[in-house]
Amino acid sequence: MRRALPIVVVLVVLLAAIAVVNPFFLEPAGFLGFLKRAAPLVILAAGQYFVIVSGEFDLSVGSLVTAEVVIAARLIDGDESATWPVLALLIVIGLLVGLVNGVVTTKLRVPSFIVTLGMLLVLTGAVFLWTGGAPRGALSEGFRMFGRGGLGPLPWSVLILLAMGAAAIWLTRTDFGRTLIAVGDNERAAALSGVRVDRAKIFAFMLSGLAAAVAAVLLGGFAGVSAQAGQGLEFSAITAVVLGGVALGGGRGSVPAALAGAFTLEALFTLLNLYGISGALESTVQGVIIIAAVAAGAVRLPWKFTPRRGDAHAAS
Amino acid sequence: MPRHKAAIAVLAALVVAGCTTDKPASTTPSTASATSAQGSGTGEQSKFFVQADFDAQLAMRSETPQGPSDKPWEQAIAPQMTGTATYKKDGPYHLCFSNAAVNNPWRQVGWKTMQAEVGLHKEIGKFTALDAEGKDDKQISDIAELQAKGCDALIVSPNTTATLTPAVTAACGKVPVIVFDRGVETDCPVTFIKPIGGYAFGADAAEFLVEKVPAGGKVLALRILPGVDVLETRWSAAKVVFDRSQSQVVGVEFTDGDAAKTKSIVSDYLQRYGKIDGVWMDSGATAVAAIEAFEDAGVPVPPINGEDQQDFLQKWKDAGLTAVAPTYPTYQWRTPIIAALKILKGEEVPKLWNLPQPKVTGENLSTYLKPNMPPLHYALCGCEDLPGYPETWGGKKS
Repeated sequence: MRRALPIVVVLVVLLAAIAVVNPFFLEPAGFLGFLKRAAPLVILAAGQYFVIVSGEFDLSVGSLVTAEVVIAARLIDGDESATWPVLALLIVIGLLVGLVNGVVTTKLRVPSFIVTLGMLLVLTGAVFLWTGGAPRGALSEGFRMFGRGGLGPLPWSVLILLAMGAAAIWLTRTDFGRTLIAVGDNERAAALSGVRVDRAKIFAFMLSGLAAAVAAVLLGGFAGVSAQAGQGLEFSAITAVVLGGVALGGGRGSVPAALAGAFTLEALFTLLNLYGISGALESTVQGVIIIAAVAAGAVRLPWKFTPRRGDAHAAS
Repeated sequence: MPRHKAAIAVLAALVVAGCTTDKPASTTPSTASATSAQGSGTGEQSKFFVQADFDAQLAMRSETPQGPSDKPWEQAIAPQMTGTATYKKDGPYHLCFSNAAVNNPWRQVGWKTMQAEVGLHKEIGKFTALDAEGKDDKQISDIAELQAKGCDALIVSPNTTATLTPAVTAACGKVPVIVFDRGVETDCPVTFIKPIGGYAFGADAAEFLVEKVPAGGKVLALRILPGVDVLETRWSAAKVVFDRSQSQVVGVEFTDGDAAKTKSIVSDYLQRYGKIDGVWMDSGATAVAAIEAFEDAGVPVPPINGEDQQDFLQKWKDAGLTAVAPTYPTYQWRTPIIAALKILKGEEVPKLWNLPQPKVTGENLSTYLKPNMPPLHYALCGCEDLPGYPETWGGKKS
């Protein structure tokens, strides 16, 4: 938790700033509303954490979210009885896309930046081709419940967020979590010490795909069918993770910090919105954060000289 | 510890972002209308606003269009006819079409409607269409390419007004040109086809709200993007109407056409003001999301406008809303084909072909609501009598 401290401070400052402008934010309903809105991004950030800490990127999650929402609407087409089979199918599709990303990255040795960028384009094009720019069908009430409804005062999306967050934190404490950091820190050293690097990375990509599927269910439920449902989410997720101090290139970072990073980004957007500044500036802020965070990670002041580590992860 | 440095840099980034965000807020109070107490809260008038066009469009709404009333795509408001005898030739004809894009549901519905219209006419021997995919440069080369294909007439739906003007001017010298939807800055096309326009759209919606929202009521205006002429006219007309009214516009927000963002913005306003008495929208795509924000907050949905998309019309009926739907009818995609054939047969056409622009109201809602059509289908497609309806438009037979 110590690792998450700086970002938690930033988050608290932002939340306080929101509360000053909008006192309703401090009431349970107002705060739960914020959590509900942040849930898809936080879940995506959790998935993205595993990929980034292993030294890779996943740029495909935004278009995967869009594809999942459009597929769900087309297959459910307002039919309640189709809700659960389609939900299961969405999870499978998410895992499958992650599997493909992971296998191509590790087995074919294509840089993940290219693989997932390609996947982004493939999914975007496929969605456009399939829908012709206008999604068809409709989501059932049962499907939309996850993004709209709640268990009493608690929105389902907040409960799902808690479950996903807990699972992600648990995963980092297992052997898999430690292995992943070792892989991201120094892939060759990890491989030489007997770690099955490829398997760990493929699993990380599948987690990211799973997170995208869950985020799609929440987003589709929250806002309904849209061919722009996941637009730009890949960059928001990466920004959130980087904001949480997870090093691009891998090997360093924690899930709680990544989750806090996602909440911080969402709080920042909310604050901008409250001040009547929205739209274009959001991307500017994200860009500044990514560059600043990576630059800060690269700067090493002379009096804290540490011998350079093997840079295997930087080359991959 | 690099981690601490990262945190410091992030803080610095936030501070920098904070500084830059202050500037627009203080120089343009229009966007931060929520906190400013000036006037009716609508901010400064758009630089795209042209008073004469505004007056002309508002006047056109009450004029009776000429032509068959059951085929509004053949009707014209106050047409000034122009002779086309010089273009007369024998068929079969080769029609060409340079399309700006098919990247949104409105253009999808329109494009299908146009193709079906082409299928109605045996005298069209060949129909060549190029899709510019929303890029000006591609459309410029598309128009040049089409001129080399021996077209008898060229239909253009320009991607942007100013940039495409030279390309259209060049084509005018070789073939009769028909422009529709967005215009160009030259009168060389034989005819320019469009519905009444954005001012009428924005005013239709705003006038409805002014009538339905109690005096002093809080109106939230939701726009897609700033700086796009066809959307600026809609808002600038609404601004004129709101400025004259008792309504208080508490916010003018940009949604990027994103449903989730729209819903969040409306929820924020509900939190901040407790009650919103009316919602004005510059397009209907996210109207349902805005309505759901009220439903999820457990408050009644106030008077709102959408557009003629099925999802909105369905919601309107199911929830018994107080609503109106001004339109930018997709049936205008039929007219260019009809115009091209008239021109090639030497018949007169209106120089400026203003199509009627009906609005969906509580009274005529049931005629436009078609539950068998997909949620993003536009009701005013004028396509019900065309072959392939409803399947071609994604609908189900029933």
